[in-house]
Amino acid sequence: MSMPTPPFLKIRGLKTHFPVEKGLLVRKTVATVKAVDGIDLDLNQGEILGLVGESGCGKSTLGRTILQLIEPTQGSVHLNGRCLTELKGKALRESRKDFQMIFQDPYASLNPRMTVYDTLAEALLSHQSIPKSELSQRVGQWMNRVGLSPRFIKKYPHEFSGGQRQRIAIARALVVEPKLLIADEAVSALDVSIQAQIINLLARLSKEMNLTMIFISHDLSVVKHIADRIAVMYLGKMVELGSAESLFDHPRHPYTQALVSAVPIPDPSRERTRRRMLLPGDPPSPMHPPSGCSFHPRCPHAADACQVAFPEWVQEGDRSIACSRLEVVP
Amino acid sequence: MALLKLSDLKTFFHTRAGVVRAVNGVSFSIEKGETLGIVGESGSGKSVACYSLMGLIPKPPGKIESGQALFDGEDLLQMSEAQLNRIRGRRIAMIFQDPMTSLNPYLRIEDQLIEPLLLHGLADKHGARKKALEMLEKVGIPGAARRIRMYPHEFSGGMRQRVMIAMALITEPDLLIADEPTTALDVTVQAQILELIKSMQQQLNMAVIFISHDLGVVAGFCDRVNVMYSGQIVESGHTDAIFTHPSHPYNQALQRSIPALQAKGQELFTIEGQPPDLTRPVSGCAFAARCVHASHACSQTSPHLECVDEGHWSACLRVQQHEITLAP
Amino acid sequence: MSRPDQATPQPSIWPESAHSLEEAEQGHSLWQDAWHRLRKNRMAVFGGLFILVMGLASLVGPTMVTHGYQEQNLELRESPPSAEHWLGTDKLGRDLLARVLYGGRISLTVGLVATAVSLTIGLLYGTVSGFCGGKVDAVMMRLVDILYALPFTIFVILLMVFFGRDIRLMFLAIGAVEWLTMARIVRGQVLSLRKQEFIEACIALGLPLHRIILRHLAPNVLGPVIVYSTLTIPAVMLLEAFLSFLGLGVQEPMCSWGSLIKEGAEIMEEAPWLLIFPGSLFAMTLFSLNFLGDGLRDALDPRASKD
Repeated sequence: MSMPTPPFLKIRGLKTHFPVEKGLLVRKTVATVKAVDGIDLDLNQGEILGLVGESGCGKSTLGRTILQLIEPTQGSVHLNGRCLTELKGKALRESRKDFQMIFQDPYASLNPRMTVYDTLAEALLSHQSIPKSELSQRVGQWMNRVGLSPRFIKKYPHEFSGGQRQRIAIARALVVEPKLLIADEAVSALDVSIQAQIINLLARLSKEMNLTMIFISHDLSVVKHIADRIAVMYLGKMVELGSAESLFDHPRHPYTQALVSAVPIPDPSRERTRRRMLLPGDPPSPMHPPSGCSFHPRCPHAADACQVAFPEWVQEGDRSIACSRLEVVP
Repeated sequence: MALLKLSDLKTFFHTRAGVVRAVNGVSFSIEKGETLGIVGESGSGKSVACYSLMGLIPKPPGKIESGQALFDGEDLLQMSEAQLNRIRGRRIAMIFQDPMTSLNPYLRIEDQLIEPLLLHGLADKHGARKKALEMLEKVGIPGAARRIRMYPHEFSGGMRQRVMIAMALITEPDLLIADEPTTALDVTVQAQILELIKSMQQQLNMAVIFISHDLGVVAGFCDRVNVMYSGQIVESGHTDAIFTHPSHPYNQALQRSIPALQAKGQELFTIEGQPPDLTRPVSGCAFAARCVHASHACSQTSPHLECVDEGHWSACLRVQQHEITLAP
Repeated sequence: MSRPDQATPQPSIWPESAHSLEEAEQGHSLWQDAWHRLRKNRMAVFGGLFILVMGLASLVGPTMVTHGYQEQNLELRESPPSAEHWLGTDKLGRDLLARVLYGGRISLTVGLVATAVSLTIGLLYGTVSGFCGGKVDAVMMRLVDILYALPFTIFVILLMVFFGRDIRLMFLAIGAVEWLTMARIVRGQVLSLRKQEFIEACIALGLPLHRIILRHLAPNVLGPVIVYSTLTIPAVMLLEAFLSFLGLGVQEPMCSWGSLIKEGAEIMEEAPWLLIFPGSLFAMTLFSLNFLGDGLRDALDPRASKD
């Protein structure tokens, strides 16, 4: 995972643990939800990383922790050399223009009482001063850029469709010209045909602005399309990392294999003939993760050693896999 | 005779913003033991059509303007509440999308499972309890005997969906309507639930109407598929034919938009324009405004479903008149 | 309501003039939607109009009526409604109409001012508590719980004993008690809003705290706050009436609806009009405020906007 040039985004040993407290007057910690449990990651500038995993894997928490919306319990995040985890207060607020987020729910991520102009102008003015006369022009330009007609600049969020609201949210995140953009399930709440439009928009803008992007999704096929590399998460830890296309076509970690195998293919002949790898049981809760490799209770190739310790990373070309049983995994 | 035959259903919602023509002339039928998929995006009317069948549409502002739904010879749309109650949960069952809110949080699982049996007089309390345990084991809940007295919040999403399936199938209905049952679930859990529904269907020889926006799920699961757009069925046929020989531009465009089937590195195929405004009646084909194959006639004449091939129906004027053929 | 159709990205068609904002299509805010819904609710409209009329009458009435509210005319005491005194006279021969209108002034003022006091304190307290969360929130809410347990009547009596019977004291006393529920309501709203993604987006943007609270939280909290305020006013008026009934309210010759009802109840067998008129007017005002409050709650309900 080491890069020849210093990585643009460097994450080391990032952990976000939430204590579960009980007790009336004196609160005692009885358990810990280890939402993010030790993530190391390097991203180049302009790279798009797809982050996939199922509910409870911690991908959303990871995104928010990187953005310093949640305070990490341990570890560090460096963006372009600057350590984000050490920033506090005013310094943190001022540096936020460099890293932004697009959220999942286009109906909840915009203030319903503010017009498009209000929302985008506020974002524009948050980190630079622009004369009032120029403001509406800039807002209009950004609306054009995300594919919205400036005619609707005075409209309120509830007067737009889901896809359009997401465009407004994208504009809001990008007017401050960030270097890092995290899209947290940005298209999951949209119809298939609208998803395609928004994905194209994000891909195009990312190229134009040389954005480094982390695209979080549970939808593997969407991620495969937009991402350069994909990281698979399970119960707070990363289990596989590799280039998007090869990871999808030749998954190596048993969990990734199960994930890929579970994705429905819109091709009746292939769907009927493929052999599905069905995982037994439910994804375990991050409050009581299994010992060692957290996937071992559901893994068809688990051995005794898997219960003892989390496996070492194995490098296969540009692929990294956290599994100790790779010799038996097909 | 078909198990269910729906003719020309029209369900409109009379709202402040106008009359929303959610279902605008939908007809289909389903045979015993068959799996029918209804595919469409939001606003296509797929859910409203099935809710209308079950009498679950809120009566103001909704209104079933016209239509006939013959279930085993009797018209569901003309029935009284009392008559419908004898069929709902007994011969036609339904499972919903959100497992978190579909179960009553205040009742134990067992009480919710035995309720349909007791309500329809199919068993006494003791017999119902036995059957409930059986069902719970059949749907694959581990440690069923221990967990049957638990409350819904003690189960995960996937487990709750299994419980809901058990509840729906405990009366061994003839028809199961599944409204996006796996959309809110993780993809690995989704695979499990689909396998479960499939095996239960085979055991009970039950007909299933599977509503989804996910063409991939439908491809592996259904015998026949209806594609809906703007409150109408635009294409209907056997699953293979729907995918290999699309006969309506919307179906073709929908399939092309799926990221999984597209090569990396290029822009994704998109359908131009916006979904239609259901309060504005359109003259001619509702898809014409976004259709790359649209001709002048398309915006003039309202199309109807016509047979374009063996067991394959399309509501595209140009396909009907053999002016164009569509590649998958 | 038409949906704006999406234009595919094209070279900027944005006109260069600085007045471009005016050419844009007007949007309809949620407040406007709510206003439309409110207007259609007949009971709420009736309630609102009644309050307006009552308010105006109380404001200008006492100066316009022929008799002053304090004017005594012992010859005509306890006389039923007549041409001279439309609503009759009380035990000191004072014109009931004038007194009722003046009483309305007092009662409504107490209602409005005390509600405003409780609104201000409760809004501030609840917002801080809800937004800070954690230990701060826990401590602040426990304080509210403790204060809730204090018996209101004894508290007011103590205030009256220490500071004398000043009407301003009554505003303060009532406002100081009502803010508790307001704080709870505001806190609940803030707690649920805080989790909304648009607040997270504000934090992600690096907006300063005061801006988030004033520009983003406050307008979205207003809905239930307005509704509750409208329903607090009648509660406050009843509280004042209760105090007056106990003899702790306004002092002679000032009167409020509460004190008038007290006087009327005392001689209700001989002069029933002294109870009927103030009583029914008070009841009508309370009804109207409740209708208005209900109507506002329905109009501002976010779920209703999905119709």
